[in-house]
Amino acid sequence: MKRVYAREEYCLGCKLCEVYCVTSHSKSKDIVKAHKLEEITPRIIIESKDNISFALQCRHCEAADCTKACITGAIQKDEETGIVNYDAVRCVGCWTCIMACSYGVIRRDEYGDKVISKCDLCITEEEPACVTNCPNSALEFEERE
Amino acid sequence: MGLDYNIPEFIIERDQDRCIDCQVCQHQCANQVHAYDQDLEKMVAQDIDCVNCHRCVTLCPTNALIIRENPSEYKKNKNWTGNMIENIQKQAATGGILLTGMGNPTAKKIYWDHILLNASQVTNPSIDPLREPMELKTFLGRKPDQIEFDDNGELKDLPPQLELDIPIMFGAMSFGSISINACKSLAKAASDLGLMYNTGEGGLHQDLYQYGQRTIVQVASGRFGVHNEYLNAGAAVEIKVGQGAKPGIGGHLPGEKVGAEVSKTRMIPKGSDALSPAPHHDIYSIEDLRQLIYALKEATDYKKPVSVKIAAVHNVAAIASGIASAGADIIAIDGYRGGTGAAPTMIRDNVGIPVELALAAVDDRLRQEGLRKNVSLVVSGSIRNSADIVKAVALGADAVYIASAALISLGCHMCQKCYTGKCNWGIATQRPELVKRLNPEVGAQRVKNLITGWSHEIKEILGGMGINALESLRGNRLMLRGIDLTEKELEILGIKHAGK
Repeated sequence: MKRVYAREEYCLGCKLCEVYCVTSHSKSKDIVKAHKLEEITPRIIIESKDNISFALQCRHCEAADCTKACITGAIQKDEETGIVNYDAVRCVGCWTCIMACSYGVIRRDEYGDKVISKCDLCITEEEPACVTNCPNSALEFEERE
Repeated sequence: MGLDYNIPEFIIERDQDRCIDCQVCQHQCANQVHAYDQDLEKMVAQDIDCVNCHRCVTLCPTNALIIRENPSEYKKNKNWTGNMIENIQKQAATGGILLTGMGNPTAKKIYWDHILLNASQVTNPSIDPLREPMELKTFLGRKPDQIEFDDNGELKDLPPQLELDIPIMFGAMSFGSISINACKSLAKAASDLGLMYNTGEGGLHQDLYQYGQRTIVQVASGRFGVHNEYLNAGAAVEIKVGQGAKPGIGGHLPGEKVGAEVSKTRMIPKGSDALSPAPHHDIYSIEDLRQLIYALKEATDYKKPVSVKIAAVHNVAAIASGIASAGADIIAIDGYRGGTGAAPTMIRDNVGIPVELALAAVDDRLRQEGLRKNVSLVVSGSIRNSADIVKAVALGADAVYIASAALISLGCHMCQKCYTGKCNWGIATQRPELVKRLNPEVGAQRVKNLITGWSHEIKEILGGMGINALESLRGNRLMLRGIDLTEKELEILGIKHAGK
C-alpha cells in the first residue's frame, strides 16, 4: 500500500505539515477558521532534536499492535485499503492503543475527553495534505517494498 | 558604544486576523526575527534583524505577513540620501568596511534595456519554432583555421570544444560561498539540460565528480582545491583573473563557512579564512598568463579548452586581445553588475564597466585583429532574462553565464546578505540546518524549468527575426537598435538608433 515516508535530510522542521493536517481534518477546511475557531489535534508529529527533524504519522502497519490492543474494536485494519481505521463512536478512551503503538504516533485528542487522534491518510483526497503541502518535498506518498 | 544609531531597514506587518500562531515564520528565520510571546499570546517581530529575504512571507500559510521598507523618511536631500547616511552610521559604529552580497543594485544605466530587437515583416518570413526546427546548439572553443576531414568524414585536428545544447552556463559559484545542495542543484540541472556549470574557486566536492562532463573547473589566485584529478575531472578549465562584482580583489570566504567538507574540498584547515590573493602571484604579464594557460593544457593533455575569466574594466578590449594571443580558448567577461557572495560595497557599486559595452568593444577588437575565431566569448553580470541573452548573442557573445538568475530560481530573494552565512533559503550558507532547506531534486527541477522556459523564449524571438539557428544571429548587430542612447554609446555598441 501507499504510505507516507519522511526524508529527514530535507525536513525543515517548519511544521507546515501540521498546519495543513489540522486544516484537512477541520469542518470548515479553511486554514484560518480551522485554527482560530475549531479545536483539532494534528494527526502528524514532528520529531526534532538539534538539526534533525522529521514528520511522523501512523505507519498503517501490516500487523498493527493497536488493532490487537483495542478492547472495543474501534481500531481496525481495512483489508482492502490497508488503512488502519479509527471509529470514535466505538472508542471508550482507554488509550491502550497509545501504549501499544511502537511508533508513538497515536495521540490523545487534546480537545476530546476520550478519543484519540491518528492519521487517516486523508483517504478522501488524492494525496495526504501533509505531503501535498510540504515545501521541500520532504514527505513522499508512495508504494515501497 | 552607547546608542545604536541604526534604525530598522524593514518593518514587518502581521495581519493578526490571519495569523494562526503556527510559528512557521519563527522556525524559518535564521535571524531570529519572529517569536511567540507567551504573555501577549501572539507572534511578535524584531524588525531591526529583518533582512527582507521573504522566507517567512513565502512560507506563511495564511499570507499574514508583509515586509515593507521602513517608511520613516530623512529630510529630503538628493546628495545625502538615506542610504548614504545609514552607511556612515554603520561605519561610525563598527570601523569596518561596508560589506554586501549579490550584484550592483544602483540606478546606473542598464544597456540591455536600451537595446531593442528586430522582427520580420512582409519581405522576410518569420519562422514558427513550434512547427519548424530551431537550433540553439553552441560550441565553445578555438575554431580551426581551415576544416579538414579524415577518411571517415570526421573533422581532423579539431581543437577541444564544449558542446552546449543551449548557450547558457551557470557561472562560477564556489562550494563554500554556496551550499552543497545549491551546487548539486546546478550540477544536476546542467547535466540534464546539456549545459555547463562552473565550480568557482572552491574545488570540487567528491559528490560532484559524477557531473564532471558538465563541469568547468576553476583555477583562481588562491588555488583552492586544485590538483591533477580536479583539473581532469571537468570538461574545461577556467582561470579566474577577475570578477565583475569586485575587480582587482580576490575572494574572501570567512572561516565560519569553512566546515569539514569545505576544508577537505579546498584543502585548507577547518575554520581558516580562505582569502584569495588579489592577483595571481605567478601572473604579472600576458606572457605569464600564457604560461599558466599552457601549464593547464599540459596537465589536461590538450583535451580541454582553457577559459580565462576577467572583470569588465576600462581597457577590457586590449586585455581580451592579450588573453586571446596568450592561447585562451574561451574568454569570459563579467560585467560590473555581476554577483558575489561577499564584496566591499564601494567596490561592487563603483568599479568596472557595463558588460554590454565591454562585449561590443571586445568583439570588435578581436575581429579587427583577426583573433575572433581563436576564442569564444562568454559574458555575464548580469543576464536577467532570455531577451538579454539574445541581445548578448547579437552583440557578439557565443554564450552567457547566469548565476544570480539561477540562484533566484532556487529561491534567492536578493536580500544581499550572502556574506552573513545565514541564508534562509539554504543557498549561501554552510549551516546544516539551513543547507537542508534546499532539496537538490526540487532545486534542479526549478533551474531546469527556468532554462527550458528561456530556451522556448529564445526560439520564439529568433523565429520572429526569421532566423532558425542561433549561429546566424551571432554578432549580427543589425538585429539590434538603440533607444535613448547617445551617438557615442551607439558607436561603442556598434548599433544604429531605433528609426534608422
